[in-house]
Amino acid sequence: MTQIKPSGDNELLGADVAMREITRFEQFLGPENYRILQGLFKTPVSIAGLLLILFFIFVALAAPILAPPVTPDDPYKIPRDGFKSQPREMGSEWTKNVPEIPFWYKAVTGKDEWVHLFGTAQGQYDIYYGVIWGTRTAFKTGLAVVLSTLLIGIVVGSVSAYYGGIVDNILMRIVDVLFILPGLMATLILAAVLTPVIGRSILPVMISLIAFGWLGYARVIRGDILSIKERDYVLAARVIGAKDSRILFRHILPNAIFSTMVLASLDIGTVTLSFAALSFLGIGVDVGYADWGQVLAFARNWISSLNTYWYIIAWPGITLVLFVMGWNLLGDALRDVLDPRMRGKI
Amino acid sequence: MTTYIIRRLLLVPVLLFGVTVLIFGMLQFLEPDERVALYIRGDPKSDAQVDAFIKKYCLDCPIYIQYKNWLIGTLDSVTGEREGGILFGNFGWSKTGSQPVAQLIARRFPNTLDLTIWAVTPVILVGIWLGVQAAVHHNGLIDQAARVFSIVGTSFPSFVFGLLMLMIFYANLQWFPPGRLTDEFNQVVNSDQFRHYTTLLTFDALLNGRIDIFLDALRHMFLPILTLSYISWATFLRVTRGSMLETLRQEYVTTARAKGLVERDVINKHAKPNAMLPLVTLAGFTVVGLMGGVIITETVFDYPGIGSAAAAASAQLDVITVLGFALFNGLILIVANLVVDILYAVVDPRVRLS
Repeated sequence: MTQIKPSGDNELLGADVAMREITRFEQFLGPENYRILQGLFKTPVSIAGLLLILFFIFVALAAPILAPPVTPDDPYKIPRDGFKSQPREMGSEWTKNVPEIPFWYKAVTGKDEWVHLFGTAQGQYDIYYGVIWGTRTAFKTGLAVVLSTLLIGIVVGSVSAYYGGIVDNILMRIVDVLFILPGLMATLILAAVLTPVIGRSILPVMISLIAFGWLGYARVIRGDILSIKERDYVLAARVIGAKDSRILFRHILPNAIFSTMVLASLDIGTVTLSFAALSFLGIGVDVGYADWGQVLAFARNWISSLNTYWYIIAWPGITLVLFVMGWNLLGDALRDVLDPRMRGKI
Repeated sequence: MTTYIIRRLLLVPVLLFGVTVLIFGMLQFLEPDERVALYIRGDPKSDAQVDAFIKKYCLDCPIYIQYKNWLIGTLDSVTGEREGGILFGNFGWSKTGSQPVAQLIARRFPNTLDLTIWAVTPVILVGIWLGVQAAVHHNGLIDQAARVFSIVGTSFPSFVFGLLMLMIFYANLQWFPPGRLTDEFNQVVNSDQFRHYTTLLTFDALLNGRIDIFLDALRHMFLPILTLSYISWATFLRVTRGSMLETLRQEYVTTARAKGLVERDVINKHAKPNAMLPLVTLAGFTVVGLMGGVIITETVFDYPGIGSAAAAASAQLDVITVLGFALFNGLILIVANLVVDILYAVVDPRVRLS
């Protein structure tokens, strides 16, 4: 560990600024990134968020061990134990199509036979499988959609802000038009249009979420770049004769996109919710695809007897809520850290 | 002010053109034989007939001709009747509804409007009231509760919440059933004795003097309204609280306090009017959102509004119907955005002067 005075060797400042040890790690990350990372581990709320996300990452990675697929070619297909419509309660015995029993099973449950841990939904779909493999679906769709929307948003936003004039005007009017329809409605109709064309899978809904998801980022990035363009250091770069491309990529973009990128990563929760909502409405994936919204939709035909079949909504519901809450808690903590008024406070 | 309104009005044709192009563009994903449903009533009987229709309505013509036909329709050469034409309210034939899309919308919309009217007070006014309380008692009990609520509220999706409510209040307690009306009242409403003055069920029930039907309708709307309140409160709370705290920190509020004004007057007369400005927009959009049909809430509670109709149609891949709803929704939103923007300029002089 090295000891570095925070502001060089200035003795006068040293009296006012408290001395602090700066670790290798902090030097490696840089003070700003270090502060953000530290902010995430500071409050109980953000730690809870972090733990939730880590837990779900574990579940997603360990899905083949937690719930060994019955059809290894297509693990996202929820296994069915027969075809009866009546849901069966938790812990009921698995009769047909029994999956292989993983090593942890006996130690945890004390049973030799594989049972329906969370019960079955209508059509004997196993809820436990839907919840476990649904975690992978959630991460997959969330990550893919957020990364794509972010990329499109950054490109459109920077092109719009950089060229200005008529390009800016046309691009922003397109954004205005796409913004008119409310998000869910827009996604719903595009998914309905795309499904017959590309078939039932997670793709139609993902494409629709991407198609209408980048609008917000484009606007934010454009605004950020426009305001950063006017800063003194950009002027300074121009004065020393830096090229336009260098100014855009080295000076403006890194400052403009950082906060957006971090915040975008936290939109994963929102995207997951939208995806689950559309699945719930019966749009996108086929019946029986491991997805939380899909499992919840099984409850729709049993509304009047939900007091008996509560487990159909309880397990996927709790999982979905915790997943989204994890991202939201983390997001709240990050937003606090990223708030410019917090800068300089560790 | 006038320049502001004129400039804002000029944007309307641009948006209208944009939305029609967007929806027309989505229609192009359909094959010409599927797009026949835009012009004719009912299902065509044979392939030969379909081909004839494609020719007649020019469904394999260049895009711009199709767009024109889609907008204003075509005149039948024999009868001179107008066929198709969204500007004349012909949104095509709904396969899943077995009726024209426009008629389906006209049937469903009053239900959505009825729900909107009853939901406005709990959703918006209570939400704002809670936000003000949270800000006034900053860091107090209400504030802390509000914070927890807004985090939980944004993570707890409406369909899970809705299902939970149905489990408790319908499956367990049998208090608030889903749907629109109890069967026996449904028969009364559909009979000749019941006159439809306004097409809004609750008001018609009152005008017909049927308090029992009115109460039954409210009973069915209770859970949807609860769910809608629950979704919007988190947002209203956060915005009102933030805006109110910001305003209370300003110097003119300190001045008012320094003058020795009673705290109640400081809050109600000085701080609140300014803090409410951002809420004009939010409230406006919330009402518009409700009017456009709340897809998920209506579906969960099996409420026959336009949101659930759009969801059902898209689940069955009935694209013509879905796009009809989208068009209707888009038109409502363009008008409503205009109204909200102008209203905002009226309330906040800073907007119209800039």
